[in-house]
Formats: sequence, structure tokens, C-alpha cells
Amino acid sequence: MVEIRWHSRAGQGAVTGAKGLGDVVSTTGKQVQAFALYGSAKRGAAMRAYNRIDDTQIINHEKFMLPDYVLVIDPALAFTDNITDNDKPSTKYIITTHLSKEELIAQIPTLQDKKDRVFVVDCMEISLSTIGRAIPNTPMLGAFVKISKMFELDYFLERMKKVLSKFPQKIIDSNMEAITRAYNEVN
Amino acid sequence: MAEKYDVQEVEVWDGNYAAAHALRQAQIDVVAAYPITPSTPIVENYGQFVANGYVDGEFVMVESEHAAMSGCVGAAAAGGRVATATSSQGFALMCEVLYQASGMRLPIVLNVVNRALASPLNVRGDHSDMYLGRDSGWIQLDAFNAQEAYDLNLCAFRIGEHLSVRLPVMVHQDGFVTSHTAQNVNPLKDEDAYAFVGDFVPHEEMLDFSRPVTYGAQTEEDWHFEHKAKQHKALMDSRAIIDEVFADFEKKTGRAYKRVESYMIEDAEVAIVALGTTVETCILAAKQLREEEGIKVGVVSPRCFRPFPFDKIREALENVNAICCLDRSSPGGAMGALFNEVSAALYSTQKRPLVTNYIYGLGGRDFSIAEAKRIMKEQKAHADAGYITTEIQQFSGLRGPKLGFFETKRR
Repeated sequence: MVEIRWHSRAGQGAVTGAKGLGDVVSTTGKQVQAFALYGSAKRGAAMRAYNRIDDTQIINHEKFMLPDYVLVIDPALAFTDNITDNDKPSTKYIITTHLSKEELIAQIPTLQDKKDRVFVVDCMEISLSTIGRAIPNTPMLGAFVKISKMFELDYFLERMKKVLSKFPQKIIDSNMEAITRAYNEVN
Repeated sequence: MAEKYDVQEVEVWDGNYAAAHALRQAQIDVVAAYPITPSTPIVENYGQFVANGYVDGEFVMVESEHAAMSGCVGAAAAGGRVATATSSQGFALMCEVLYQASGMRLPIVLNVVNRALASPLNVRGDHSDMYLGRDSGWIQLDAFNAQEAYDLNLCAFRIGEHLSVRLPVMVHQDGFVTSHTAQNVNPLKDEDAYAFVGDFVPHEEMLDFSRPVTYGAQTEEDWHFEHKAKQHKALMDSRAIIDEVFADFEKKTGRAYKRVESYMIEDAEVAIVALGTTVETCILAAKQLREEEGIKVGVVSPRCFRPFPFDKIREALENVNAICCLDRSSPGGAMGALFNEVSAALYSTQKRPLVTNYIYGLGGRDFSIAEAKRIMKEQKAHADAGYITTEIQQFSGLRGPKLGFFETKRR
């Protein structure tokens, strides 16, 4: 079982990202779960979305999880949300930021003993310059594919095209570019 | 003619979307609906299917849930296949008309996406609305995940419309935990799903002017009792038809449903009885506890909450030593409903196992595997002692001082 926790603001697309990831993963024959903790959340409020991925049917419905991956798609949440909640010695962090990894870790005490498990990528800049809007979810998927080694990039792009097939070609292309850039730039 | 929708063999759908597709595939004549969280996406997506030509029937937007169910009653009496969806306060507002629908023996399918009842206002899942419907004369089927929400909707039409049943059917799923959680779902192709549900066969329909009939007549002490007794008997007798439809569904899909689902119960010494997604979480906890500590735990659930499977509950649990019934609804000054009904069923067995009650998960409070295991171990302690070692009713996951009521008099 692989467990993923997304830290996002309502409206940034964490739920869509989690569901998109679920869609892609399901085409590989695996079982997935994608859910979020929201309700009366307002646009801009901090929220969390979750994925579970397994080889057998997922029957765990508790909201609690010990994440294998923590994906932070809003730069400020790395500072204001407890992104290390319930982590494991192996939990990997992918954080969107314009800072370098060293600069970021220097400012967040809880990450200092996890340096080798923290990865950074500027999903905001990537989504602005490719998609034209601050929707950091798709670039985060590219970064996740790289760090998790769960898929080959080309395979993931092909599957993602299908998930996005209801959108105009221009949007599909810019999303593919965003995923590819984040894949190459995450470090 | 409705457009065919191209469903994949594996879809990643949440419970709401799965239910909406099942309704679309059943080709309903009338859906009258008033949306409410967390069931909104069912009627929202259904409305989109109608607008895009995937459904031939009517989608009627109304001004309240009372009107929604009233519209369903009218359309069903007129002689059509009818369904809608609601939750919580909307369900509460429908309540008056729910009794009308069952009393008039109208096979309406109602998706209830379970949510807490105010006050305090809360949009998350618990079983308050489901329990509110338990004396309404409807058949109540309970899904534990999105796949089951889809499957049970298809079964619901078959069961309710069966000429020897002719009763309305609710399909329950847990708000958010099922309704907004996307998981792998294996839907049937449109033509297969429709073939399973079958054409709607009108019966005593008001629009047949050659044979005028009356719905909703007044009966005082002369006939009211006989009507209600007949209605109750129909509900009790629907058990056989439910079994038959489930068996047919298994033949078609390989997915087996029973009025009482039981897991690892054959050799179990203690058991949990629960409803909804908690059942699956408990299965996982029971498996872990068997591996980690060798405690033989089983899990039992009334898939069919109404008619209450008194017979099958007794069969499933009569050899277990200690049982905990988990109720996800504030019992309002009594023991939980599941506790009361399971206890009553077991009282007429030789063994009369120890039964305790936990109230849990109100307003969407998380129910974890760790907590399920703690409760299971507590049942093992009762079984070993031979009597209930705690208060009979307790609260799980409640903050503040421990709360509990009543001690056993049987030592």
C-alpha cells in the first residue's frame, strides 16, 4: 500500500490531482482511492487530499494515514501547515517553492532531519508559464512520477492525455508540458 | 432513444457518480429532485446526463425535498419508474411523504447519502438520517463503498418493482467517505445494466383510464390496521425476493450480496456488527488482530437494514461469545438501534452471547483501524471473563471525560 497526502488550498486542484492520479493508476491494474477532507471549505482555505494505491481492493476507510509521500502544492503551506504530521522515517516530501532546497529547509525546523527525503519544484512558476494559471496540481504529478519512480514519464503522459481528453487540445498540450517540466526540474 | 454512454471496464468513480450512472442506466421516467450535500452530485450528474441526451425521462426541479418526494409519489402512482436522492435535513423534510410512498406501495428508489442531522449543523457522514427512515416502511439497502452503491441501485429497481414486493427502496451510502471517495468501480455496459433492471411494468397505474384506481385513500379504524399489516407483511416477505435478486445479480456480475454479510465469522469468538464503510475498516482490523494476537474476530453487517434480517443475524452470530454493535447515530436517550435489534434477535438463541454498544463517528468523526482493534480486544476481555466488564453502552472517539451507561446484571 502506498499512501499519499496532498497539502493544498481549496481551488488549487488537489482533489482533481488526486483523482487524476487515481485515474492513471487504475489503468495499470492497480486499485486506488482518492478523497479529500473538505466540506464547508472556502476557496483559499488550507485543505488536504489523499490517495491510497494497492494491488488488492482498498477497504480501509479511515481518514488517518501514515503517508509515504507528502505533496505540498501551495508554497506557504510548507510554513503554516503541519506537513510532517504522522510521518514515517521513509516519508518523502515534494514541496512547491521558488526557494532552493537548502534555503527552504533552513527555514522549516521540522524538515531539518529529513534533508535527504525533501524534494523541491516550483509548480507555481511552471503552471503559470505553461498553463497560464496558477494550478500547481498537474506539475506536482510530474514531480511525483519522477520521485516515486512509479511510472515511466512517457507512459504517464499517454495515460494522462486520456484523463484530460474532454479538454481542448491546447489545454492538454500545456498540461503535458507542465508535467514534463516538473519531472525534469524536481530535485 | 437515449444515447449510449461509453463506460470503461474499470472506472475511478466516487459513490455519487457511481449512483448517478446506475440511475442513468436504469432509464428512469421521472426524477424529481432538490439537491443537498453530500448527495448533490447524484442529481447534478443525472441532470447533466438528461441534458446531454443520455436519458429519455424527465428531470423535475422542485422547491424542496418534500416536493421532490411528492413529485416522485405522483409520477410513481401515474405509472412510471421513479428515483431521487437526498441527505440529512432533506431526508428529514421528506419524511412525511416517505410514509405516503410506502403506504401507497409505490416502488420509488431513493439514494440516501448518509449525513448527520442538525443541530449543530454538520454536513459530514453519520447514520442519523438512515435511522430516521427505519420505521417508514421502505426497504433499506446499505452500501459500504462506491461499487456497492452502483450495484445496489440496479438491484433496488428490481426488488422494489417486483410485483410481489411493490415497495419503495432506499440505497444508503456514507456521506463523503463513500460519496466523495473515488475508487475503482467495475460498471456494467449500458445494455447489460438495463437488461438486468428490465423494462418497467406498470401496475394499477392511475394513467390507465380504463381501470380507475385510487391512491392515498382515507381509512379509519375500519381498514387502516389491515392496510398497515399487509404492508408490513409485504416488507417481511420481500426477504425472499431480495435474496433472489441478489442471486441473479451474482450470476450476472460475480459480485455476491447477502441480506446479512459476514466475514471470518465461521470460527470467530468475538464479533463486531456495523453498517457502512465501517464494516470494511473493521474487516481490515479483524484480519490484523487475527495475525498479530490470534484473537478470532468476525465482522457482521445487515446489508439489508429493513426488512431487518432477524433470521440471518441470529444465524450469523449465535456461536459467538461477545459482540459489539456499533451505532453511528445519536441514540437520543436509548441504546443504539443496532444494539437493540441485534440483542433482540440473539435473545431467542440458546447461547445468548454478551452484547455491548458503542456510539461512534457522529458528524463524520474518523473511525480508525486502531480504535476498531481496541474495541475488538475489549470484546475478547468480556468473552474471557464470561460477563460484560465495561458499561454496556460506551462512546468511541469522544473527547472529554469518558461517557458510558448501564452495567450488566448477568455475572
